[in-house]
Amino acid sequence: MAEYSALSIVRNALSGNEHWKPAWRKPEPKPAYDVIIVGGGGHGLSTAYYLASEFGIRNVAVVEKGWVGSGNIGRNTTIVRSNYLLPGNTPFYEHSMKLWENLSHELNYNVMFSQRGIINLFHTPAQEDDHARRGNSMILQGVDARFVRPPELKRRVPALNVSGSSRFPVLGGLEQPRAGTARHDAVAWGYARGADRRGVDIIENCEVTGFVREGDQVTGVETSRGRIHARKVAVAVAGATSRVMAMAGIGRLPIESHVLQAFVTESIKPCLDTVVTYGGGHLYISQSDKGSLVFGGDIDGYNSYAQRGNLPIVEDVMSEVLELFPAFAKLRLLRSWGGIMDMSMDGSPIIAKGPLPGLYLNAGWCYGGFKATPASGWCFAHTIAKDEPHQFNAPYTLDRFHRGTVIDEKGQGATPWKH
Amino acid sequence: MIIVCPFCGPRDLSEFAYCGDADNLAARPDPAATDPAAWNAYVYDRTNPAGEHAEIWQHAGGCRKFLRVVRNTVTHEISGVTMLEPKA
Ligand SMILES: Cc1cc2nc3c(=O)[nH]c(=O)nc-3n(C[C@H](O)[C@H](O)[C@H](O)COP(=O)(O)OP(=O)(O)OC[C@H]3O[C@@H](n4cnc5c(N)ncnc54)[C@H](O)[C@@H]3O)c2cc1C
Ligand SMILES: [Zn+2]
Repeated sequence: MAEYSALSIVRNALSGNEHWKPAWRKPEPKPAYDVIIVGGGGHGLSTAYYLASEFGIRNVAVVEKGWVGSGNIGRNTTIVRSNYLLPGNTPFYEHSMKLWENLSHELNYNVMFSQRGIINLFHTPAQEDDHARRGNSMILQGVDARFVRPPELKRRVPALNVSGSSRFPVLGGLEQPRAGTARHDAVAWGYARGADRRGVDIIENCEVTGFVREGDQVTGVETSRGRIHARKVAVAVAGATSRVMAMAGIGRLPIESHVLQAFVTESIKPCLDTVVTYGGGHLYISQSDKGSLVFGGDIDGYNSYAQRGNLPIVEDVMSEVLELFPAFAKLRLLRSWGGIMDMSMDGSPIIAKGPLPGLYLNAGWCYGGFKATPASGWCFAHTIAKDEPHQFNAPYTLDRFHRGTVIDEKGQGATPWKH
Repeated sequence: MIIVCPFCGPRDLSEFAYCGDADNLAARPDPAATDPAAWNAYVYDRTNPAGEHAEIWQHAGGCRKFLRVVRNTVTHEISGVTMLEPKA
């Protein structure tokens, strides 16, 4: 298996970089497993990893339609934070943060987790009150939070326009110092390698096309590489949730698929060493270790399964960047892309047993599931192994929508295109 | 994306406001009905198809009419736009 060290880099450089070993095997699917995980994104891979490492279930397959990293895990803007308001969310995301803090060590794989902080700017007194409320809620639940005022902002983020000349002048920000960014591909690769080493079969280019059923009981999947049986089938396919669940006869879910775009500029010298979000609209921006500015804004705002967006959002996001950082007008954009979000009706996820016997569902990540990758896999693995949720994911049921226990951070109601 | 408003002609996406799944909105239970299952299904559950999707858009930056648009969610191709009439 692939091991990385300074020595291995030198040795492989001297031999023309032709002898690197693949980080995980490419096994043929076996006829049956204890658990099949549908979807080899971040959440499917971390679920497999924790099933094997924490819960002793190693006869596991991850079945992925494309290749590891082809979905949202390789498309996001990599922001990791646990600055939530509601008690249903905070313990889960804080658990994720704690897993992040040890992840490179745990996987022996550098996921480049960088706790550079996140500053959510506010621009009106009402917004300031709202941010104070969220900060207080965070502190009450054991999460770090503090206010940052314009003089400090000016020092910390020199490129930021705090002059008061902008349309929505910056009054301050709510900071979570332990928040930050991570290398998204490395997270997928690290979990994949860790799972593979513990015996998990990662089967790429294998699309699930149906479910094997005995009555209501789900007993396996039909795939483009044949039928595979399993005692338990766990679905973690993010934006494809409705399509995949429809194959199991679940025709309606509290989910809509929407496209989210992201953008990257040419590389420049370090000028932004934290994550900044704009409160006058919706923008989040950071600088990657390569020097590119990475940013995104709202979803396009209509149902979409096309992994590309439309121009109004591009214009919107660019105007927000320039509102905060006028100097960035000189930068050239290198790339933009889109990913399909599984937008839930209350903006919170689902990690639950069911809705059919033998079936387990992980979905509804909206555009915030990257930060959840460790805790989502950990809690999903717990739910699959023990047939009951951990206390951290107990609120994330599928039937909460019909029971009146939604977890709606924004108080937005069932309008996923506005979340 | 361009939507052809039956009233105003072809207009840019930025003039329109999205209002959600048309078939779901049309299936609203009778306001006097008190079956929670029916109301919950109406408020929260969607078919969310990959392919043709009937949806309501308002030409907010134009004639302000509500339109029923049939659009392919994979290709963005629009196969039909009709004016939404108030319920009789
Ligand atoms: C532009 C963008 C920016 C984002 N920014 C952030 C951010 O800053 N912070 C944050 O926390 N989150 C962010 N997110 C959200 C985050 O990326 C997702 O919520 C998260 O990655 C979803 O979980 P996943 O990694 O398992 O999904 P994916 O990587 O999409 O995994 C799902 C997998 O299922 C596979 N699949 C689908 N159908 C089938 C089938 N029939 N058979 C087999 N396999 C199938 C897909 O090929 C895919 O690989 C962003 C997302 C996007 C698109
Ligand atoms: Zn019109």
